[in-house]
Amino acid sequence: MAAGKEIRTQISSIKNTQKITSAMEMVASSKMKKAQDRMLASRPYCEKISNVIGHVAYAHSEFEHPYMNSSEKLQRIGIIIISSDRGLCGGLNTNLFRHILKQVVEYQAKGVEFDICTIGKKATSFFKNSGLNVKYVLTDLGDAPHFNDLLGTIKVMLDGFDTGETQQLSVAYNKFENTMVQAPTIMQLVPMVAGESDNMNHYWDYIYEPDAQEALSALLVRYIEALVYQGLVENIACEQSSRMIAMKSATDNAGDMVTELELVYNKARQAAITQEISEIVGGAAAV
Amino acid sequence: MPTIHVDVVSATESLYSGEALCVFAPASTGELGIYPKHTALLSILKPGEVRVETDKGIESIYVSGGIVEVQPDVVTIFSDTAIRASDLDESKALEAKQRAQEAMENATESQDISATQAALAESMAQLQMINKMRGKKIF
Repeated sequence: MAAGKEIRTQISSIKNTQKITSAMEMVASSKMKKAQDRMLASRPYCEKISNVIGHVAYAHSEFEHPYMNSSEKLQRIGIIIISSDRGLCGGLNTNLFRHILKQVVEYQAKGVEFDICTIGKKATSFFKNSGLNVKYVLTDLGDAPHFNDLLGTIKVMLDGFDTGETQQLSVAYNKFENTMVQAPTIMQLVPMVAGESDNMNHYWDYIYEPDAQEALSALLVRYIEALVYQGLVENIACEQSSRMIAMKSATDNAGDMVTELELVYNKARQAAITQEISEIVGGAAAV
Repeated sequence: MPTIHVDVVSATESLYSGEALCVFAPASTGELGIYPKHTALLSILKPGEVRVETDKGIESIYVSGGIVEVQPDVVTIFSDTAIRASDLDESKALEAKQRAQEAMENATESQDISATQAALAESMAQLQMINKMRGKKIF
């Protein structure tokens, strides 16, 4: 029964893998809950600051901030790419990268170049061989990234915009629709895309303290930081839910394989027994 | 009594949301008292106390800087969670740049190095902040 033993080892190794994947599924689902809470907790800030930006866009400010409106010719685009540090989360990162590359190819056809900032190991290792200019790298932010961790990165990317090196800045991440659906998203940060007009058409402006430029700059930088931070926490929630689903299907598949192999094993065992009996019966008949 | 809607939010949570009789905020040029129908205003906040007066009492919230936006019927206060110091940002920027260069050079090497480096960068930045705080009073 040589085949039987082989099958048995195979079954036990699949079962071991299944134990690992089901443990990872459970870990991911508990982390997913926390990641979603964090995502929801940071949402009010993002919404409020978007509202305020909406107001600012319709204030008739004496000072026009370059982030609000820029008409320079597009030559170089900066992208902040947010990915996970770890793999085994289904097609999450690959889908995002494919989505980005599609856009990149479209723009490159028009002669536009790219400066890239990667957040997370997966994006870093993917884009270092892509031939695009990777300017900044940020990894190991963990499951609960702190706002502080992002500031340096955002600052250097915005500096690139301020000095005129890049004419546009975007952030790419996976948007959390629900546990099953994650949508790869590229969002333009600066120059800001004007929102829809509401009923604030009469002439008005803020009182700025200490002055228009300083107050607006502080607000806009915080707005951009809030968007990137929101992208990061959403991407983490996506990562965990995507991993949970990937691990669940891996566990299910392992279960199916074990069932199939057990059938094969039983057949082999029965065949061996039948053969043995027929040999004994044959032997007895010969005597 | 007319009321004004007040939201105090930070990047990680909503600190206060509700109607108030008036709000006091530590603006960069001095303390602001905001009553309903205040004219539109946008100001930077310095670290200090935000007081929200409601008919039930006074709510006091500490903010470490941020922004206040006033519309006639809404006040929104964005509290900073991050410690902002320009050299802190600068050092992080340099680190990020250095990591990018190394990642490009050692394209095949394991990522353990970057993990160590991130940890190193973090501790270096913390050290710098500590030195800064020792050097001068922050508030």
